[in-house]
Amino acid sequence: MLRILAAFCLALGLVTGAQAQDLQPVLQAHADDITKPSRGTIGTTLDALVDSGLPQVTPFLEAWTDKGIWQREADSVFFYGRAQGADLTLTDIDTGTVTEVPKSGYTELRPNGGVRRVIGTALVQFQLSDPDIARRLSAIDSLARRPDAEQLEPLLASIDGEPDAALKARKIQLANFLSASFAPAPADRIAAIESLSDDTSIEARAVLNQILATTPYVGTAAPDGNVARILTVGDDLSADDAYSRLVAANIAPPAIPSTAIRDALAANIIDGGVGDVPLAQLGTTAARDRAYATLATAGTVPPRLTDQGRADAVASHIFAEIYVEDDPAITDAAHAALSSVETRVAAERFADLALDALSLASIYFLAAIGLAITFGVMGVINMAHGEFIMMGAYTGYVVQQFVPDYTLSIVVALPLAFAITFGAGVTMERLVIRHLYHRPLETLLATFGISIALQQLAKNIFGTQARPLTSPGWLDGALVLSDVVQISYIRIAIFVLALLFLGLILFILKRTRLGLEVRAVTQNPGMAASMGIDPDRINMMTFGLGSGIAGIAGVAIGLYAKVTSEMGADYIVQSFMTVVVGGVGNVWGTLAGATLIGFLQKGIEFLNPSNTLAAQTYMVLFIILFIQFRPKGIVAQKGRAAAD
Amino acid sequence: MTQGFLVTNRSVRWFLFTLALFTAVIAFGSEASGTGIFSTSLVKTLGKTLCLCLIAVAMDVVWGYCGILSLGHFAFFGIGGYAIGMWLMYGRTEGIVMTSLANQTIPPTPQEVSDAIGGQIFGVVGSSEFPLIWSFAHSLPLQLLMVVLVPGLLALVFGWLAFRSRVTGVYLSILTQAMTLALSLYLFQNDSGLRGNNGLSGLQNIPGFEQTSQATISLVFFLASAAALALGYVLFAWVVAGKMGSVIMGIRDNEARVRFLGYRVEGYKLFVFTLTAIVSGIAGALYYPQAGIINPAEIAPIASIYLAVWVAIGGRGRLYGAVIGAALVSLLSSWFTGGGAPDVNLGLYRIQWTDWWLVLLGLSFVCVTLFFPKGIGGLFDYLVRKPS
Repeated sequence: MLRILAAFCLALGLVTGAQAQDLQPVLQAHADDITKPSRGTIGTTLDALVDSGLPQVTPFLEAWTDKGIWQREADSVFFYGRAQGADLTLTDIDTGTVTEVPKSGYTELRPNGGVRRVIGTALVQFQLSDPDIARRLSAIDSLARRPDAEQLEPLLASIDGEPDAALKARKIQLANFLSASFAPAPADRIAAIESLSDDTSIEARAVLNQILATTPYVGTAAPDGNVARILTVGDDLSADDAYSRLVAANIAPPAIPSTAIRDALAANIIDGGVGDVPLAQLGTTAARDRAYATLATAGTVPPRLTDQGRADAVASHIFAEIYVEDDPAITDAAHAALSSVETRVAAERFADLALDALSLASIYFLAAIGLAITFGVMGVINMAHGEFIMMGAYTGYVVQQFVPDYTLSIVVALPLAFAITFGAGVTMERLVIRHLYHRPLETLLATFGISIALQQLAKNIFGTQARPLTSPGWLDGALVLSDVVQISYIRIAIFVLALLFLGLILFILKRTRLGLEVRAVTQNPGMAASMGIDPDRINMMTFGLGSGIAGIAGVAIGLYAKVTSEMGADYIVQSFMTVVVGGVGNVWGTLAGATLIGFLQKGIEFLNPSNTLAAQTYMVLFIILFIQFRPKGIVAQKGRAAAD
Repeated sequence: MTQGFLVTNRSVRWFLFTLALFTAVIAFGSEASGTGIFSTSLVKTLGKTLCLCLIAVAMDVVWGYCGILSLGHFAFFGIGGYAIGMWLMYGRTEGIVMTSLANQTIPPTPQEVSDAIGGQIFGVVGSSEFPLIWSFAHSLPLQLLMVVLVPGLLALVFGWLAFRSRVTGVYLSILTQAMTLALSLYLFQNDSGLRGNNGLSGLQNIPGFEQTSQATISLVFFLASAAALALGYVLFAWVVAGKMGSVIMGIRDNEARVRFLGYRVEGYKLFVFTLTAIVSGIAGALYYPQAGIINPAEIAPIASIYLAVWVAIGGRGRLYGAVIGAALVSLLSSWFTGGGAPDVNLGLYRIQWTDWWLVLLGLSFVCVTLFFPKGIGGLFDYLVRKPS
């Protein structure tokens, strides 16, 4: 209570202009106590200093704990001092006047460890209430790094006077952490622990885990104390681990590894054998054990338990974990709080995963939608689709070489990539695909030929190393929703782009003349032709559109992945799967396919985070199985168009 | 039966004659026979090419005759290679380990031997335990059985699932591609038990024949590859001739009509798919001891697409076309990418074939598809008038 008042006084003192007063007289009044402090008496001195409400008190206390205070023996006046050889640089405590004097005639104050701790606690309350917010922050940071029971009270005292709202919240949080670990009354601790149950920060989890820290127990009798759990050998603990715990508790002799046995035997060969076992027979574990036992009986090697002996030793002991904290009420509360925290963290992880999956799905959608259009309308599979993605990405890279402003370059690159890949698509359609309309498998191979040629061309032009496509500055960073949930802006941008394209394609297909004709050709080319639609032109336009979208997808993908000549090949198989899983010739089908594959891939990665290769393997296997059950994809075409 | 079949198939006799002649010339000129006209590495290259011809013939049957464009047959080839590679690697490592353990004063226990071999083989992926799939690696007959069984069973299960649900055309191609992609991704993992991306190496050393020179080993494998190609060719020629061949080609031309005629289309397709997979596995088992190393990159989807390219360039629907395509393209490819082809100086730009070969291959492939759908093999039609 006194300290709270003191803190207030300090704050008030600054306002009322107490700078006119000097600290030295206060110090002189307690000079003996300051020169020879003890833990018992220091309290009154500190109270007096705090009561003075002077701003010089904080630096004085800091210097005092830091052995930076010197006393002139003649008149017992205190100074800040720094020794350099035989000389001493003295600074007056109140005026700040600096003088150089010889060291003799001055004594350094050296408070002992206990006193320093008491001073430190008093100091913390000053630092926590310091008018300078930077100092308060640094005090809070050091407190968070090294939490200590002593600091709880000053921290609590400083909360009410804290003007900064954010810092106040931080102080309350820290006070909760400290109370959870160090509050003297169990009820206070339990209350603090319960208040942590909705705090998902890593710090809060660390505090709870620390309360739940355990020590291993080994013994023949049932353990007493606050038992966390009894370990069953086999389920919770492997037999080897159990034995090494016995060894660690000095209950059993250390296990001797088989190499050590072999070396021991080799060192004790007498007359072509060890013990009574001839050398030639030592090729089995049983014979080696027998020979070693003979040696052990003779005392030449340290004794060793046999496998049976080890099993018996393990079986006759009880293994348990005991909480360091004695009070079961507190550990129970911490358990409950931790499990509630973990539930929340799991929920947030799930949200984060869903966001990741959504952004992956939008990438797959962008990569696959162009393919879906050409495949759906023309029944033509374009193996060079991935290379169109690559062409779009390289277009973005080349544009950035000429337009240094990143935002402007992206704005230029998107339509340019569309134009270039649209042109490439139309050219390819006119030169190659047109001649192969009734041979879909050969289209696949011919476009594959174009794919390897384009890929190698890109390698010849741009080299094998990855080229950067730098995103504008406003796409850097991530949207942080909490400690767990965050998503980078570039992924949001790709998601928005995918949404835009979904809308645009739906608009073109459903609301324009071109879309009407495309749908007519998809459903029945012959009938469409007799209604005055030119199927050749429609096929050309569709192929160009699909390829152009691939180019734009290339710019988007290049922004977050590296641009290489092989980047198209990385996406082509995934794009095929998206189209095939989703169902051919349907925008919604592609959307469903991309969503399914995106969520599936992230889901499998979540279950097996260490191994992304395994995730891809399982995903491909899943898709193979999926096609067994829905050979025409999620959204299957119906009627005459479905028969191919 | 085979007698009559050979009499009616002039192309088979011509092929066997050409192959025998070629084999005899190479065998006579190899270093092992003492003349040394052809280097050991050339004999190995030619032996490997024969294996590629064998899988190309299998591919031709499944695609050119049955109309299933499988983009996954190199997966079976790779599985065959891995199966034989496991034995080769185990046997060779065992030999090395036994030699080093023999110097110890105390004879090693079986556990120590196994640990030492495991440490040698799996050290690169940070393990020393033998995975379950290596259970038979110590026995050559069992591993040889695996060469046939594993690709066969995989093809049987995969084909049954795919054909049963009537997945056809482009969908099936994508599905087979997914299969080979899944397999290669799986094998790329370090804990797949097959040394991850390191693959199996040192396969050119045959356990039990440490003293035999590579020249002899390469000749033996060359002859074995030639024999396998001859046998496979005759087998497939027999399969596609006769009544069953007609049904198979009928499936290619119009699957629904064959089904309506009362044939069990799925059964025929499954038979062709599985048989070609087994032959691919055998081809792989002969190929990789000559190559010396196998890793998961070998079964990446692109390899199977190249296989289709060879068959298409050589000419689909005729077995000798597949052989010609595979031999020509794979040899040309190694000639161009190996720096064998001279650079072309265009004044402003110097065409280096190591860089431009793939462009040339890709474009020539487009041209073949567009203008010569019958491939190189189609040229023979001009030379030989078929008796009608």
